[in-house]
Amino acid sequence: MSDANKAPLLAIRGVKTYYGNIIALKGVDLDVHQGEIVTLIGANGAGKSTLMMTIFGKPQAREGTIVFEGRDITRMPTHEIAYLGIAQSPEGRRVFPRMTVFENLQMGAHVNNLAYFDTDLERVCTIFPRLKERLQQRAGTLSGGEQQMLAIARALMSRPRLLMLDEPSLGLAPIVVRQIFEVIREVNKEQGMTVFLVEQNAYHALKLASRAYVMVNGLITMSGTGAELLANPQVKAAYLEGGHH
Amino acid sequence: MSDPANTAGPDWGQITRDSAFAALIAFGLFVLMLGFKADQSLNNQLVLVFRPELLASTVALVFIGRFLIGYWQSRKVEGAAKKKAPSKWAQKAEKYGLPAAVGFLVAYPIFILVTVGPSGAIKWIDNFGIQILIYIMLGWGLNIVVGLAGLLDLGYVAFYAVGAYSYALFATSEPIKDFMAQLIGEGFWQAWAFWICLPVAGILAAFWGVLLGFPVLRLRGDYLAIVTLAFGEIIRLVLINWVEFSNGYAGISSIPRPSFFGIPFNASDEGFAAKFGLEFTPIYRTIFLFYVILALALITAAVSMRLRRLPVGRAWEALREDEIACRSLGINTVNTKLTAFAIGAMFGGFAGAFFAARQGFISPESFVFLESAQILAIVVLGGMGSLLGVVIASIMLVGGVELLRELDFLKAVFGDNFDPAQYRMLIFGACMVLMMLWKPRGLISVREPSVFLKEKKAVSADLVKEGHG
Ligand SMILES: Nc1ncnc2c1ncn2[C@@H]1O[C@H](COP(=O)(O)OP(=O)(O)OP(=O)(O)O)[C@@H](O)[C@H]1O
Ligand SMILES: [Mg+2]
Repeated sequence: MSDANKAPLLAIRGVKTYYGNIIALKGVDLDVHQGEIVTLIGANGAGKSTLMMTIFGKPQAREGTIVFEGRDITRMPTHEIAYLGIAQSPEGRRVFPRMTVFENLQMGAHVNNLAYFDTDLERVCTIFPRLKERLQQRAGTLSGGEQQMLAIARALMSRPRLLMLDEPSLGLAPIVVRQIFEVIREVNKEQGMTVFLVEQNAYHALKLASRAYVMVNGLITMSGTGAELLANPQVKAAYLEGGHH
Repeated sequence: MSDPANTAGPDWGQITRDSAFAALIAFGLFVLMLGFKADQSLNNQLVLVFRPELLASTVALVFIGRFLIGYWQSRKVEGAAKKKAPSKWAQKAEKYGLPAAVGFLVAYPIFILVTVGPSGAIKWIDNFGIQILIYIMLGWGLNIVVGLAGLLDLGYVAFYAVGAYSYALFATSEPIKDFMAQLIGEGFWQAWAFWICLPVAGILAAFWGVLLGFPVLRLRGDYLAIVTLAFGEIIRLVLINWVEFSNGYAGISSIPRPSFFGIPFNASDEGFAAKFGLEFTPIYRTIFLFYVILALALITAAVSMRLRRLPVGRAWEALREDEIACRSLGINTVNTKLTAFAIGAMFGGFAGAFFAARQGFISPESFVFLESAQILAIVVLGGMGSLLGVVIASIMLVGGVELLRELDFLKAVFGDNFDPAQYRMLIFGACMVLMMLWKPRGLISVREPSVFLKEKKAVSADLVKEGHG
């Protein structure tokens, strides 16, 4: 229980986010501790991506606070938040299609000015051997799975202390999904990387999670360890029935 | 269509039939419109003049045009069947083309002078050389904004105007001249104005670039294009209407010409020719101007090539691809956009100052929207982001128009009143359409990666899906 007593790496308190007049997050509380994998699951349109983007300052929370490593980042501009050590693989990957894989990775190392680029390049190439073969290929011509690997690799290049992944399994074949989740587990185990994971693929995501949250309509309705939520009948009914195990 | 594996070449029969059909339609359309002309006879009677040559040449043109399109299309089908590799020649051209082109340009005025002689050379060095180089420089400047940063700017001519008027107003300003005369000496300002005002014009244009940048930070694509277009028009209208400031339509004349670093180009004893023991002719100034704009253009190219390899250049390209991803990677998109506008505008300003100095006279008429369109056309035709593409497109578009003036033999075909230069917009448009059919992504659609591992390997734009942002 020592983890819970320490101040969380990321603490979200009562965050409300609006798109114009429409409220998307209705007061969200969520903690991510050092070294954890925290998973957020929820139906389409629940507000998961909105929460992830709110952490990154675009859109900004209208109410509530977001504290990272003891520092209030609620009103910080996005590009400064990246410098604090948060990296994101956004929903839909968003790699730079006309740039090569290598250049994409360089962009990922932008915040530390390519200081550790060579070491980090080697590291992500070990994690994703598929990318190593394709360093000079245009990112736009990669397969969906490879693009997702690139998006994660690009995020890792900034040496973040918190890695946020929005639906990394989106549109991928089950075998590739398993690979991606395996990589997340490895990065967490071997490098002690803290991961905040948003997923539709509830079964895999909950199995991976140290702790997990369920979001419904802009509110957190349930939380617990991954195993607890996996066993929860409500979660089973809403997110796991007919799911791909 | 037959199986592509069996076709040895284009289906000539089909192409010929298509072309004949198009020619027939053209004949039907034009037989009355062009074939006959209603005219007045000497005793004021309406007569119909039959013009078979005009009709025949129009129909022939349509036939040839349709034939070429058919040929291209069949080649495209073949090419697709052969699964052609990213075009090698474009890669080679990008690699060796630039040094070769620079060498050619440095030798060009001398070559012309030797072959044509001083009197005929002015036309070739000025109309073809300097004129094209100005557009190459403008193309390269706009390329930073449009090609690299992906910000569609339809008002680029505004910065050209800012540069031109900055130089014109400073150089002809009496107070500055008096002040300089007191400070350094009589004649100093006249001799050195260009060299002092050139950087000032660039800085002022960059400042206006930032000023335009702020309100359009949140805009992209079509909206950005409209606002920049309006910006270009506003600058022009201000120049027209604020007569006390810019002298309105009348423009500014007797702008000092550039000196050879303090030595004027005139027939006096202090002039360039006398100092260097040469016979006086105006050609020396023209040649000097040629080298000035060549140097300015090369600086533009060198800076854009260098910037592409720096973090800011990479950020521009990333911004063109995906703004949201950029922000989450810690790129300050505001600063990145503003630097793109500022640096692009600065080169426009340099070119403007040079233009004013070369002409000796400027008026708002030189800075109409058509200029912006032409510069943008050069960048798009050349292939967004390609330096060599801009060169080829400038030579085609600007040089092509100049060449039209030379085509006197067409008068023999179309009659004495025919002035080919009047058809330049028509030809310009037709060229654009044909070009886009032939190479939809511009002449040189290969984006060289800015960093390489062991071997160079360019990737063709054709491999990337169309449209983004
Ligand atoms: N830019 C926007 N403008 C207006 N409304 C938006 C915007 N982005 C998201 N929304 C709305 O906010 C709500 C939450 O969307 P969000 O993308 O966060 O859902 P999500 O949980 O990530 O869903 P999914 O699993 O489908 O990605 C939705 O109702 C959506 O329509
Ligand atoms: Mg989402």
